[in-house]
Amino acid sequence: MPRINSPEELEKVRQEILSRRDPSKPCISICAGAGCLASGAGEVIAAFKAEIEKQGLTTEVNTKGTGCPGFCERGPVLVIYPEEICYLQVKPEDVPEIVSQTIKEKKVVDRLLYADPTTGEKATHESDIPFYKNQERNILGSNIKIDPKSIEDYLAIDGYSALSKVLFLMTSEQVLEEVKKSNLRGRGGGGFPAGRKWEGSRNAPDPIKYVIVNADEGDPGAFMDRALLEGNPHSILEGLIIGAYTIGSHEGYVYVRQEYPLAVENVNIAIRQAEEYGFLGRNILGSGFDFTVKVHQGAGAFVCGESTALMTALEGRAGEPRPKYVRSNIVGLWGKPTVLNNVETWANVPLIINKGADWFTQFGTEGSKGTKIFSLVGKITNTGLVEVSMGITLKDIIYKIGGGIPGGKRFKAVQTGGPSGGCIPEKLLDLKVGYDELTKAGSMMGSGGMIVMDEDTCMVDVARYFLNFLIDESCGKCTPCREGMRQMLKILNNIAEGKGREGDIELLEELAEVAVDASLCALGKSAPNPLLSTLRYFRDEYEAHIKEKRCPALSCKELIAYHIDPDKCQACMICLKQCPAEAVIGGKNRIHVIDQEKCTKCGTCFEVCPPRFGAVQKISGEPVPAPIPEDARTIVRKSKEK
Amino acid sequence: MREILLQIDGKKVKAREGMTVLEAARSAGISIPTLCHHEKLEPYGGCRICIVEVEVRGGTQIVVSCVYPVEQNLVVRTRSEKIDRIRKMILELLLAHAPDAFALQDLAKEYGADKDRFEKEASFCIHCGLCVRYCAEVKKKNAVGFVDRGTRREISFIPEIASRECWNCKECFPLCPTEALQAAFVLTQALFLPHLHSNPS
Repeated sequence: MPRINSPEELEKVRQEILSRRDPSKPCISICAGAGCLASGAGEVIAAFKAEIEKQGLTTEVNTKGTGCPGFCERGPVLVIYPEEICYLQVKPEDVPEIVSQTIKEKKVVDRLLYADPTTGEKATHESDIPFYKNQERNILGSNIKIDPKSIEDYLAIDGYSALSKVLFLMTSEQVLEEVKKSNLRGRGGGGFPAGRKWEGSRNAPDPIKYVIVNADEGDPGAFMDRALLEGNPHSILEGLIIGAYTIGSHEGYVYVRQEYPLAVENVNIAIRQAEEYGFLGRNILGSGFDFTVKVHQGAGAFVCGESTALMTALEGRAGEPRPKYVRSNIVGLWGKPTVLNNVETWANVPLIINKGADWFTQFGTEGSKGTKIFSLVGKITNTGLVEVSMGITLKDIIYKIGGGIPGGKRFKAVQTGGPSGGCIPEKLLDLKVGYDELTKAGSMMGSGGMIVMDEDTCMVDVARYFLNFLIDESCGKCTPCREGMRQMLKILNNIAEGKGREGDIELLEELAEVAVDASLCALGKSAPNPLLSTLRYFRDEYEAHIKEKRCPALSCKELIAYHIDPDKCQACMICLKQCPAEAVIGGKNRIHVIDQEKCTKCGTCFEVCPPRFGAVQKISGEPVPAPIPEDARTIVRKSKEK
Repeated sequence: MREILLQIDGKKVKAREGMTVLEAARSAGISIPTLCHHEKLEPYGGCRICIVEVEVRGGTQIVVSCVYPVEQNLVVRTRSEKIDRIRKMILELLLAHAPDAFALQDLAKEYGADKDRFEKEASFCIHCGLCVRYCAEVKKKNAVGFVDRGTRREISFIPEIASRECWNCKECFPLCPTEALQAAFVLTQALFLPHLHSNPS
């Protein structure tokens, strides 16, 4: 492919690509994102290629591994164009049927469609599935349409047209004004207005400036940035180049965590292609603007998602945050003005340029414009990535899109904002999702993790889990974070183990206050959030642990005991056989009893006891009933009496 | 250098542009406690004991004075109920590791810090990084460094460099506010540099 040297040439190339494509030709788009690949999408793609060849359809059908469309719960996901038929949980053995039925006969394979869990109603198209229907997929929507390794696919959906528009039809001032007008706020956590950040760097006198993509996504359960970088890397590069042009930068970096090998691979391929086509390098599209991008792989430190730590790591030193009272858009990488934005923030930029700030601001609330991608995980029916208009309520995300809580359990809380975020209780489910709204509720937007918890989740344990994560990820440089978290975790461990004391809650609050006020970077300052928000909304659970030595969610091992109700036990031997500690005493027609001394509280008996018996119970905060006397344990069955 | 006027604890203080609040305060005879600060070293902002309140754009912010740059008409308070509370807690957290360090004991008296508030974990090192930074920035040897992160972070001498450089230097020893540094060196010596015992030249 020769370089493209002008906007006219770009349009010519685009037309040429489109002319080679017949929109009526069937195309099987199979998600090749990390989630679907893990559930076997690679085998499905191979099976399609083999089957299509076998049936002699190679020239009549396209097969494509695409970016992640988000419905990971039901992967591997595929969409067949032009009809846009959506099949879920496809296995290689389904492939011959799909080819002969859907491709050849134009018939829908009913059993692979989405079926509503309650009504059983089938949905043929992606847009009919409730999971998708209630989303606003401005960014993620493109993922299923393109092979992320193909620049032609990106060009076919109007790719790099925003870059061309910026370079030839807009001044850098106009671009800045448009981004400012859109009120795009950082999608990585802080929510700082991107336009203002850009403006600061642009106005800084130093002639050398940098732009960086922050793809060091490390929140447990979050994978928004991974899906974008894996699924549509060119859109992020396009945003980055536009940002560089706006502030006058000629060198950029993609800082991506090495735990994302597919993202690293795809973004490297995209950079090579963009260089070859003339979207990167010298004299981009003949405009005279030069810009190059390098990929830097993080070495596995959560704290490197913090801007100053990321820049320190990029400079080749240990990734520790540095004290900053001058913003990094003025003094950043190697002391130069540096604009660092998150993957999703950059992905929004080409859309804002192409469709305009007015289009962008029609989505969202007063303070939070546009859409936001969340990774909806935990105790939720539809796990996956969802992109919604800001301002949607938590309830709509969890129930309309997420399909509610599985197993008939009751919703308890949703944790937003990653390990530095907070837990939001049921009474606040009508909360509108936005930066300021979530912060007011004691949580934060963060990068968009959303972990749903049901009644079986202990909130003390949740706070402990996140603190445990952060204590491992703290760099250890400053006292309030390193030592404060060490003590907070000790106290939380004690509380969860039934060794909590009067005054522990107050001490936790005091330690949290010092960490919030005095820590060096955002990791330490926000580390107490899960603790503080659970204390705010679930204080009674902490008190029950401390005062009554009771875990209300029946989850903390040291505070619960398993007991077999002698009236319900049918002596079926299932728990007896499966108990790994051989703690269940009993036999055929002998009511089972748990030896509390031997019991390791693994919960196996509770899980395997047939629901129609429901004989195994969890007890907390009260003594375990004494085992029934040996001579009363024999079950006399009616059938045997006859 | 432009002269900057600011107010620290109600006192008018003259400073030069580029100075930190800590430097300005000390030049005016106002004392702010520090543990990780050293005149010859780049500001580090690790121990957080030099924390102060500043008034910025109508609001009060808590910042560390060893890093925060002076600004015209800045209002600084080096003591307040909140500042004292934070310093007390920081001292109590550090005293769990180095209960006998004089520097900590003196400050503990001033701020009413209880050295027994937290369970003792005698690691001695309070992670001020003075030895690490002095060796890197002044001596340019990097014979001692931090290893690991978070609560597992500790100082460690790099035997290959230490065996060459440390015996005739040891300039970091008097910098250490606790006994940790010397202990770490002795340990390194015993484990990796036995020849130094027999041949101290």
